[in-house]
Amino acid sequence: MNYKKIYVDVILKNDIDGNLIPLKIIWEDGEVYLIDRLLAVCKASSLKVGGCGTRYSVRIYGKEKYLFHEEDKWFMEIKENFN
Amino acid sequence: MEENVKKRVILHSDMNNFYASVECMLNPMLRDKCVAVAGSVDERHGIILAKNYKAKAFGVSTGEAVWQAKQKCKDLVVVPPNYDQYLKFSNLAREIYSRYTDQIEPYGMDESWLDVTGSKVFGTGYEIAEKIRKTIKFELGLTVSIGVSYNKIFAKLGSDMKKPDAITEIYSNNFREKIWNLPASELLGVGRSTEKKLEKYGIHTIGELANTDEKLLLSWFGVNGLKLKIFANGQDLSQVAKKDYIFPVKSIGHGTTTIEDLENGADVWCVMLELVQDISKKLKNHKKKASGISISIRNNQLLTKEWQCKMDMPTASPSIIASKAFELFVKRYDWKCPIRSVTLRAISLEDEDEPFQYDLFTDVSKIKKQEVLDDVVENIRTRFGKDIIKNAVLCKNIKLADKYDTGVIMPTGMIG
Repeated sequence: MNYKKIYVDVILKNDIDGNLIPLKIIWEDGEVYLIDRLLAVCKASSLKVGGCGTRYSVRIYGKEKYLFHEEDKWFMEIKENFN
Repeated sequence: MEENVKKRVILHSDMNNFYASVECMLNPMLRDKCVAVAGSVDERHGIILAKNYKAKAFGVSTGEAVWQAKQKCKDLVVVPPNYDQYLKFSNLAREIYSRYTDQIEPYGMDESWLDVTGSKVFGTGYEIAEKIRKTIKFELGLTVSIGVSYNKIFAKLGSDMKKPDAITEIYSNNFREKIWNLPASELLGVGRSTEKKLEKYGIHTIGELANTDEKLLLSWFGVNGLKLKIFANGQDLSQVAKKDYIFPVKSIGHGTTTIEDLENGADVWCVMLELVQDISKKLKNHKKKASGISISIRNNQLLTKEWQCKMDMPTASPSIIASKAFELFVKRYDWKCPIRSVTLRAISLEDEDEPFQYDLFTDVSKIKKQEVLDDVVENIRTRFGKDIIKNAVLCKNIKLADKYDTGVIMPTGMIG
């Protein structure tokens, strides 16, 4: 299965301790996805699409996804045949 | 003392096929292919800088020309180097090392020594190496091989023994069995010419080197021969530098391979003027002056010659350094072949404020005037960009690549 790297806009909360908490993802077509829950945060690489940074494991519409924060951009790993 | 030295725990971490691995990590489409990172063929930098294991299996080797590599492996995917990414990954790896110790000494962009003697809270040397290996794989998607030992030389040797993604331990009670049978060339400090010389004397392995008489080694290689014996016997005591240690600058150099061969003195003068701007800037940044200059010229037959001379007085002035370098070049180069690359190095560096005794015949005021002028020019360049003001001779079409400077400085280590 091939994956592609999709950069997304993210609405986030920067809390008093300096943590970044993603709240919503705005897809490239403008669709807004609410993040139901932030499950875990760690530093990790994405072997599927290439790149590394802080990996946020999030739940969106009941599905677990990874949202990566690489330098100053955010990206997700999406299957090639998505859409 | 000796016992304490043997209790040291030193790791040497080597990121496998660093440039090629970073490229494959960033672009998963490359992972199943034979990949090499190489400079631009058009700018005549077309040599292989790194390759992945698949390309290695075809015999592609670092340093050969791209066309040679493609003859060995016709499906070779050649990608241009991306130094910003390599620096980023190198710094990220160092950040991971710094979770375990503050003694981190870089050796190039992809290798580092770590002294973890005082890091027992994280486990034994092997356990820390294992944690680092796993962390780098998970966080950066790259593999490392790590050598664990009680001195820097054996740690480095260990990291070369098993690749990729592996750990090798060499201790004082097993180093004879583990490494004495390896070829002498595996030892840090034994280069190609030393290896040849050793072979001539019938010394082929590290063990044979370790047991060679000191006097013989001294007569063959001078003090370096004694160092090699110390290295081979695991008696190297050199420390791993702290991570914020700044290595003293011994020389500042800059070189380039031109896009076309240089055919006459005027061409060489232009290249030297261009190179010397960066050297002067770096000298000033380090608050140093050059008391000598060295030039290295490679002709289009790939033969390199190097000469050096002393300056009349220490200086950081680009025009004075360039004039001296060109004077040396004119005196020494015979113009039997056109020139392919030119490298200048400011050597015998002195501190900027070091007192200097002038002789009676030097026109100091003229030199001082030149230095003030150079400072003004440098100031303008800093404020408005490198190309805002330059020697008129550099305004014509010179034979330099557009972006001949990578700006990457490779740190060197502290050995012996």
